[in-house]
Amino acid sequence: MTTHYLVLSALLFAIGGVGVLVRRNAIVVFMCVELMLNACNLAFVTFARQHGNLEGQIIAFFVMIVAAAEVVVGLAIIVTIFRTRRSASVDDANLLKY
Amino acid sequence: MSTLTAAPITAPTIEYGELAPMLIIFGAAMIGVLVEAFTPRYLRKSIQMPITVLSMVGAFALTVWQGVRGVRSAAAMGAIAVDGPSLFIWGAILLLAIVSVLLINDDDHFVAEAAAVPGSAEEDQALSQGGAHTEIYPLVLFAVGGMMLFPAANDLLIMFVALEVMSLPLYLLCGLARRRRLLSQEAAMKYFLLGAFSSAFFLYGTALLYGFAGSVDLKAIATALSTVGGQDALLFIGAATLGVGLLFKIGAAPFQAWKPDVYQGSPTPITALMASGTLIAAFGALLRVFWVALGDLDAEWTPVLWGVAILTMVVGAVLAITQTDIKRMLAYSSIAHTGFLLTAVVATGKESQNANALSGILFYLLAYGFATVGAFAVVTMVRDPGGEAGHLSRWAGLGKRSPLLAGIFALFLLAFAGIPLTSGFFGKYAVFAAAVAGGAVQLVIVGVVTSAMAAFFYVRVIVLMFFSDPAPEGPTIAVPSMGTAAVVTLSAAATVVLGVFPQPVLDLAHTAAQSLFVR
Repeated sequence: MTTHYLVLSALLFAIGGVGVLVRRNAIVVFMCVELMLNACNLAFVTFARQHGNLEGQIIAFFVMIVAAAEVVVGLAIIVTIFRTRRSASVDDANLLKY
Repeated sequence: MSTLTAAPITAPTIEYGELAPMLIIFGAAMIGVLVEAFTPRYLRKSIQMPITVLSMVGAFALTVWQGVRGVRSAAAMGAIAVDGPSLFIWGAILLLAIVSVLLINDDDHFVAEAAAVPGSAEEDQALSQGGAHTEIYPLVLFAVGGMMLFPAANDLLIMFVALEVMSLPLYLLCGLARRRRLLSQEAAMKYFLLGAFSSAFFLYGTALLYGFAGSVDLKAIATALSTVGGQDALLFIGAATLGVGLLFKIGAAPFQAWKPDVYQGSPTPITALMASGTLIAAFGALLRVFWVALGDLDAEWTPVLWGVAILTMVVGAVLAITQTDIKRMLAYSSIAHTGFLLTAVVATGKESQNANALSGILFYLLAYGFATVGAFAVVTMVRDPGGEAGHLSRWAGLGKRSPLLAGIFALFLLAFAGIPLTSGFFGKYAVFAAAVAGGAVQLVIVGVVTSAMAAFFYVRVIVLMFFSDPAPEGPTIAVPSMGTAAVVTLSAAATVVLGVFPQPVLDLAHTAAQSLFVR
């Protein structure tokens, strides 16, 4: 029964997506993106099981590496902004608009 | 399980020769990282710059050579397609990247010490010591390598990795402006958060299409469209989320919100690179996914892209009129151009029709890319004491104080507007003609109307420059360095030549598009 895992993956993806839209702290927003990526991983592994090939499991590894690289870049940017503004809130970054 | 262990492992074949242009760029990027680690600070720039330019020139020469040889294959076990459109896109990206690097090479665009807080003593110290981040060169090389891989990727995993390789360095580069650092850092954060969000959508779409087809190979997905039944939910949701990720990258409405912020906040040379290179790469990838993998599903996705194209054109043209910042205005103009290009994507049909549309898109992208890089190069030269003179009112009377510069900028604006004898005219003509041939007449009508609206705000800037009195405390015109002067000259020359003798390049785009995407 792989359906349950797919439903779980969809739920995690949705939670992550809603989190990105409603949370205000850049770090938390970023963690929600990571949650979305991990939901994708769960879907990949489940489909790999369903189709009986290994492709999905290999892809999951690639996604982990990419997510790790993204953490490096993302935290660098967020920490720089925090040092400048003493705040990591995405609402405070409001100089660019309209 | 025993079959897994017993099966002999055969090594994959990789056509290094065909992938050489990309491998050179990535190789040079890694050498650049080593240079950062092992050479003294004062030597780095004089080593990095030649490495960057030479590798790009070499990669361009190899791309041309492959075009002459007529290479057309799915290299690396079908994972990377080296075909006519790929080679044209590679050539275009490399040319525009070489031009952008000349602009990036100018000293005073990038921050002296990225880790120093703006306005702090550390920053003053770094500035007075002449600090510079030469890491920008390898970062640019990685971004360009990603841009080349993205449209050539023939399976969705490679495409996802390429998307990230292209985007991650750009997120960092966006935050490295020397002046107005708060804006620059904010642009980097917005671009990063929204970019990561959209790539998660891209990945979820990939996962669902993998569930549908049992493979992420574009050709396998195309085959599965006719053989797999009863999985429509996976297919449609997958295609839609994948589309969201791709439309975000080209900046189509309603996913355009990042573009003005990022274009305005980033260092202008990086904006030039993004506005030209990323757009070309993302369009190549979008076309490959929708035409190769989802080609037989066009009855379902064409109506959606119709709506997106109309919305993008209207949003871009209308909001550009209200802008007061020159870089923001150019960003909205870029959104409008994305809409014009989308009209040709919608016009799919028979193979000859597709080839027609594709060649129009390729020509348009190249022409638009040169005009964009040139326009942003001019923007870097008009300066206030605190940095570039962004506000449009500061540009008043520029034509009286510096007729040459204002004249060249006017040329780029006319090319954006699509006036005859500039490159933009033939680009727009080719794209709209393909759309009409594909039966999207209503779309072209919207396109022509929004083009007229867009012409209004381009001409408004020209009027402002030539027919207003200069402000008494007007901006200074920086004496251009060799690099900037070369960029402006090259872009202006390309804009005129493509507008007066477009035939060779049109033929080249036609030849490249003739074979369509390899399957």
